[in-house]
Amino acid sequence: MNKYLSFLLIILFTFTNNITFAGDDGKLKLNGSESNGYIEVSDCFEKVNRGVFGFNQVLDKAIFRPLAKGYRMFPQPIRSGTSNALSNLGNVVTIPNNFLQGQFKDAGINSARFIINSTLGIAGIFDVASYYGLQKRDKEDYGQTLGVWGAGPGCYFVLPVLGPTTIRDSLGSLVNLVGGDAWYNVTVVNDTQYFSEADYYVSRLMSGIDFRAKNLESFDSLENSSVDLYASVRSLYLQDRYRKVRNIDKTTETLSDDDWEELDNQ
Amino acid sequence: MNFIKYLIIFLFLININSTLFAKDPSSLINEIVDEAASILSSEDPVESKIIKLNAIAERSVDINGIGMYTLGKYRKSINEEQKSKYQKLFRSYFLKSFSSRLVDYTNPRINVVSQKKINDKYTIVNSVLEATSKRPQVKIDWRIYTKNPDRPLIRDLIVEGLSLARTQKEEFNSIIQNNDGDINALFKTLEEFLIK
Repeated sequence: MNKYLSFLLIILFTFTNNITFAGDDGKLKLNGSESNGYIEVSDCFEKVNRGVFGFNQVLDKAIFRPLAKGYRMFPQPIRSGTSNALSNLGNVVTIPNNFLQGQFKDAGINSARFIINSTLGIAGIFDVASYYGLQKRDKEDYGQTLGVWGAGPGCYFVLPVLGPTTIRDSLGSLVNLVGGDAWYNVTVVNDTQYFSEADYYVSRLMSGIDFRAKNLESFDSLENSSVDLYASVRSLYLQDRYRKVRNIDKTTETLSDDDWEELDNQ
Repeated sequence: MNFIKYLIIFLFLININSTLFAKDPSSLINEIVDEAASILSSEDPVESKIIKLNAIAERSVDINGIGMYTLGKYRKSINEEQKSKYQKLFRSYFLKSFSSRLVDYTNPRINVVSQKKINDKYTIVNSVLEATSKRPQVKIDWRIYTKNPDRPLIRDLIVEGLSLARTQKEEFNSIIQNNDGDINALFKTLEEFLIK
């Protein structure tokens, strides 16, 4: 039973990054056909997904949202420190993915940031590296790396608790469990005298709460103004992943004028 | 010969005129951001703020254009009557959604940082919503339709790289698609939203 629970918790918290919840993304039609600058992704099990999404919404309102609101009551320096420490920990996944995507400069900068912030920055609580001119880089994960290597997103689906994902992103997250996440390795796999499994689960849970707390108003606003929240979240998630896989920072690179053009010509 | 001379002078003057009065997209954003900030930070009752915010949107946003864009492929299959009904509904939906999103902000600070002309029709204005103790800094890009340089209009907001127009389009298309392509399902949903 403990093993089952353990496995479940691992799955849940490993995907914490996807806890963009039932709150953030959307669009679809499978197999990599490019349309208006975006890959169309199929929502293969939409009816089931909508059910799971509804369940996640209930869970969010009952647990995650109140937790995030409570977390918001802590003073700003405590929240910033927590956020910095979690972000620093995320480097152990970002750095190998920088290498796998051929981003050697970013890999160097992230490695230096990790070393400096873990030591001088006291376990990453203070972002000392930024003072030395080593600015924070974007996070990378194995799902993004698979995308960079040419893997299409596959079906879009919604996981209980964890929220929106695709086949590719789920497979990417599983890599964390088979050695791709050094933090997972030192806590859960090779339980050391310094860290315990609980450290891992707490860190994943805190990442989710920190993310939720930063987006309380955005989610509320989206919910209030949406006429099909599920579809909005799906759209936002897929747009976000599209940008991240392509490492696009500039808006102009994500825009396609095709639809607008057609409109103008009508 | 005189006719050609006058024509050249006339065209030249028109050109100067349009250059003088063409509105810079960044100025448009600065103007509306300042105006909205002043409304939101005022002591006016919420209803009054909503009316004023809606007036800004009516003036500076291409609501009809966005409405037709968000219909996606279905805009080709609707008749004139449905189009007219949709435009009315969308306008009301847009304004309600727009003002209810904004009215919760007391004093948003948005700074325009740069702009990039994509082509003759579009310019992207890049801005930043300053961080507060509650949330981090947010990048907001504005897609400005500049076909008529004298009257640039906002057609999309891209928040942290996510297009709101695109999201809206996929939301509407999902509703129509899940109702066997029946546009009336969207009308019904919008009507329900409006009376909420």
